Amino acid sequence: MASQIPAIEITGLTKDYSVGFWRKRMRRSLDHLSLRVEEGEIFGFLGPNGAGKTTTLKLLMGLIFPTDGTANILGRPIDDISMHRDIGYLPEHPYFYDYLTARELLDYYARFSHYPAEERRVRVARVLERVGLASAADVQLRKFSKGMLQRAGIAQAIIHDPRLVFLDEPMSGLDPIGRHEVRDIILDLKTQGRTVFFSTHILSDAEMLCDRVAVLHEGKLRGIGSPGKIVSLEVQAMEILFEPVENQPLPSNLAQHATPVGGRYRMEVPEAELYRTINDLRSCSARILSVSPVRPTLEDYFLGLVERKPNAPVEAHAQ
Amino acid sequence: MSAMPGVVAINTFREAVRDRVLYNLVFFALLMIGAAIIVGQISIGIERLVIVNLGLTAISIFGLVMAIFIGVGLVYKEIEKRTLYSLLSKPIRRWEFLVGKYAGLILTLVINTAFMTAGLAVALFYVGRPFVRSDASILIAIYFILLALALVTAIALFFSCFSSPMLSTLFTLAIYVTGLFAADIRDFGALTHSSFIKTATSVLYYLVPNFHDFNSIAVAAHGESIPFALVWQNTLYALMYIALLLVASSAIFSRRNLK
Amino acid sequence: MSNAGQKRSLWLALAAIPLLFAALFFLQARIDARTRTEAQAKEELLLRSPAAIEKMSLGYNSLLADIYWTRAVQYYGGKLADENVHFPLLWPLLDISTTLDPKLLAAYHFGAMFLSEPRVGANRPDLAVKLIKRGIAANPGNWRLDADLGFLYYWYLRDYGDAAAAYLAGSNTPQGPAWMKFMAARLDQKGGSLETSRMIWTQVYESNSDPKIRKLALNTLKGLKAEQDERELDTAASEYRQRFGHYPASVAEMRGAALLHGVPVDPDGYPYVLGPDGQFELNPHSSVAIPQEPKTPPRPAAK
Ligand SMILES: Nc1ncnc2c1ncn2[C@@H]1O[C@H](COP(=O)(O)OP(=O)(O)OP(=O)(O)O)[C@@H](O)[C@H]1O
Ligand SMILES: [Mg+2]
Repeated sequence: MASQIPAIEITGLTKDYSVGFWRKRMRRSLDHLSLRVEEGEIFGFLGPNGAGKTTTLKLLMGLIFPTDGTANILGRPIDDISMHRDIGYLPEHPYFYDYLTARELLDYYARFSHYPAEERRVRVARVLERVGLASAADVQLRKFSKGMLQRAGIAQAIIHDPRLVFLDEPMSGLDPIGRHEVRDIILDLKTQGRTVFFSTHILSDAEMLCDRVAVLHEGKLRGIGSPGKIVSLEVQAMEILFEPVENQPLPSNLAQHATPVGGRYRMEVPEAELYRTINDLRSCSARILSVSPVRPTLEDYFLGLVERKPNAPVEAHAQ
Repeated sequence: MSAMPGVVAINTFREAVRDRVLYNLVFFALLMIGAAIIVGQISIGIERLVIVNLGLTAISIFGLVMAIFIGVGLVYKEIEKRTLYSLLSKPIRRWEFLVGKYAGLILTLVINTAFMTAGLAVALFYVGRPFVRSDASILIAIYFILLALALVTAIALFFSCFSSPMLSTLFTLAIYVTGLFAADIRDFGALTHSSFIKTATSVLYYLVPNFHDFNSIAVAAHGESIPFALVWQNTLYALMYIALLLVASSAIFSRRNLK
Repeated sequence: MSNAGQKRSLWLALAAIPLLFAALFFLQARIDARTRTEAQAKEELLLRSPAAIEKMSLGYNSLLADIYWTRAVQYYGGKLADENVHFPLLWPLLDISTTLDPKLLAAYHFGAMFLSEPRVGANRPDLAVKLIKRGIAANPGNWRLDADLGFLYYWYLRDYGDAAAAYLAGSNTPQGPAWMKFMAARLDQKGGSLETSRMIWTQVYESNSDPKIRKLALNTLKGLKAEQDERELDTAASEYRQRFGHYPASVAEMRGAALLHGVPVDPDGYPYVLGPDGQFELNPHSSVAIPQEPKTPPRPAAK
C-alpha cells in the first residue's frame, strides 16, 4: 500500500522560540512531533491558533531550524536543498514582490526549475488559468486583493508540478468559490498521484479532503488517523427547523424544546428521537424547513482536548 | 556555479528600476548641465578641473547613497515582507540568494554609473575640450569609485543579515568613515605614548577596508596618471574584501531563523 | 549536497575569513609601501587653500584642523632625518590647521619654532612671525604667544626692539608673568647678549613639554654655555700671552700659571681643545654646537 519511502517523515521535531525583550525565556512551540505521511496522501494538519502548524511547516521548509529532532522529505533530510525541486510551498498569508505582475512573478519562480523560456510561458499561462487569475495576469501584485494573493501563492506552489505540496491554510482569505476551486486543485493533485500536506483549522475542509489528519495542540500531537476516527464526527443530535401553521399553538411536547427564531422554531433532539419528533410535527401540520446533524465544532473538539490529560494522544498511529 | 544567483540578481535589478531608483540620473544630468553652463561662463582654464571634480564627486556620492540605502534593505525587506518564504522553498541555497541580491545591486550601480559617466563625458565635451589620453585617469577613477561602492554594498549586506536597516545604515556609514580616515587614525595612534593605542589603531587600520586608496578624484581632475600597480592592487583588495564579507554574510544568514 | 557536505563547506568558508584577512594585510602593506615612496617623490598638498578647505569641512573644521595638525607633525618628523629638505609643506599645513581652528595653540608654538630653525626647520622666521601674530590676534591675552613672538624676534631675527615690544605686550596681559617685563627692560637697555640668550632659551626649555622643542632648547643651551666657556678660556689665554709673551702651548701650561683649575670640559664632558693661536675650540668628538646666527636672510613671504 505505502511506498518504501514516506513522503514526509518527522521524528521528534522540537522548536523553542526565545521570547521576552529583557529576560529571554524559551518557549516551546513544537514539542517532539513525530509523524509520517505516505506518498499520494492528502494529509490534513489541524490545530487551533498557535498550535504550531506554521512552525512545523517553516521547519520543514528550512526557514527556521529545529531545536531538536529531524525530518526527511521524500527520503532526503530537510537541509538538503536539492529536494526542493520536488516540493511546492504556500506560506501562510503569502506576500510577493509587489512590483511584479502575476505573470512575471510566476515566470521568476519557474526559472528556478530551469525550464526554457517557451515552457515557462506555457506553464505560467496554464497555472494562472488553473487558479483563476488569467484575467489578472498582467496586473501588478501591489494591486492584488488578499484572495488574489492567495491564488498567486497557490500558483507558485504548483507551477513546477511538484511531487509534494505543502499548503499553510490554503483556504484563508478565499471566497466560497475560491475555496471550492482550491478544493478541486487539491483533489486534482491527488488524482495525479501527488502528496498534499496542508494545515487548517477548518474542520470541514479536512473532513472533505483528507485521507488522514493529525491534530496538534500547544505544540503536541494529540491524534492522528482518518478524519472520521480522529475527530469524532459522530452526530451528537439532530437540529430541526420548522414553521408552524399560522395562528395554531404548538403542542406542549414540542413547545417545551423548541426555541422561536424569527417566526420559525428551532429544536435539537437526540438522533434516536428524530422520527418521533418528525411524526409529532407532521401531526400538527408544521412545515419542516431543514433537518441537519449537529456535530462537534472544532472548538468543542479542542475544548475536549484541553480537558484531557496532556501527552495522551487520542489514538496513536491508526494506520 | 549555479545559475540561481543570476536569476535573483536580474530580479533585484528589476526591482530597483521599477522603484524608480534610476531617477537619480535626472538630478545628475541637471547638475552636470548647470555646472557646464556656469563654468563655461566664468573661468578659463579650470573648466575641466571643475567638471571632473564635480562629476566624480557626484558619481561617488550618488552611488554611495544608493549602495547604502538599498544595500541595507536587500535582505531585510525580503524577510520583513516574507517574500523570502516562497523563494527559499525553491531549490536555491541561502548563500545563492545572498550572492544574487548582491550581484543585482552591483548591476544596478554599474549601469547607473555608466549613465553618469556618459553624462560627465558630454559635459566635458560641452566645455569645449577634446578628449586626450590622460582622460584614462578619469575612467580609472570611476572604476575605483565602483570598487569602493561594491565594497560598501558588501558591508551593508553583511550588516543587514542580522540587524535592522536603521542600525545597518549606521554601522555601514561608521565603517565607511573609519575606512576613509583609517590612515589618519593610525597616525594619531602613533603619536600617542600608549603602546596599547598604537597597537589598537594599527590593528584597526588593517581591519577596516581602506577607502582612502580608492579615491583618485583629485589625481584624475589634475590630469595626472594613475599607476597601473594601483589598479590591480585596488582590484585585488576589493575582491578579497568582498569575498570575505560575502562568506561571513552567508555563514550568518544560512543559520538564521527567519521570523 | 548532503548535510555533512554542507557543514564542511561552511567550515571551509569560515576558515577562509582569517586567510583573506592575512592576504589583505600583505596587500595593504604593499600598497602603503608604494604610495609612501610616491608621496615622497612628488610631495604635494592637493588642496592648499585654507579658505576652500574650511568651506568644504561642513562645520567639522576643528576635527579637520586636528587632522591637518597631525599631518604637519608627521610631515616634520618624517623629514627630520633628511638634511637637504627645507620642509616646503610645513607652512601650508600649519596655515590650514590654524585657519580651520584658530585656537590650536600647539600649532603656533610648534610651528613657529620649526618654521624658524635654520638647521632642523624651514629657516623661515618671517613665516613664523606671521603665524604667531595670527595666533595672538585669535587668542588675545595669551602671554605664551607673546613670549613666542619675542623669542622669534630676539633669536632668529635679532630684532631686539620688536622683541622687547612683544615681551612688554605679554607682560601686560592679565596673566602675564613678571619676568617678561624684566626681559623687555633688559632688551631695551642692552640688546642681545649671551646672558639674555641663555635666559630666553631656559624659558623656552621650561615652558615647553614637547620633547622635540625641549631637545632643541637643551642643545642650544649647551651651545650657549660652550660659547660662554670659550670666551672665558680665550680671555684667560690672552692674559697668559700678556704675562709670558706667547700663547700657551697646552692647558697644563695655563694651569701652571694658575689661570685654570683642572681640565675645562664642555657640557657633554669633552675637554676643550687649545689651538696654536690661543683659541679654544670644541672637541671634535663632542656633539655640542655653538649656535650660529641665521646666515641666509629671510626669503620673501610665501604666496
Ligand atoms: N517568531 C516567533 N517568535 C516567538 N514565538 C513564535 C514565533 N512564531 C511563532 N511563535 C509561537 O509559536 C506558537 C505556534 O505558532 P504557529 O504560528 O506555529 O501557530 P499556528 O498553528 O500556525 O497558528 P495559526 O492557526 O494562528 O496560524 C505560538 O504560540 C506563537 O506565539
Ligand atoms: Mg499558522
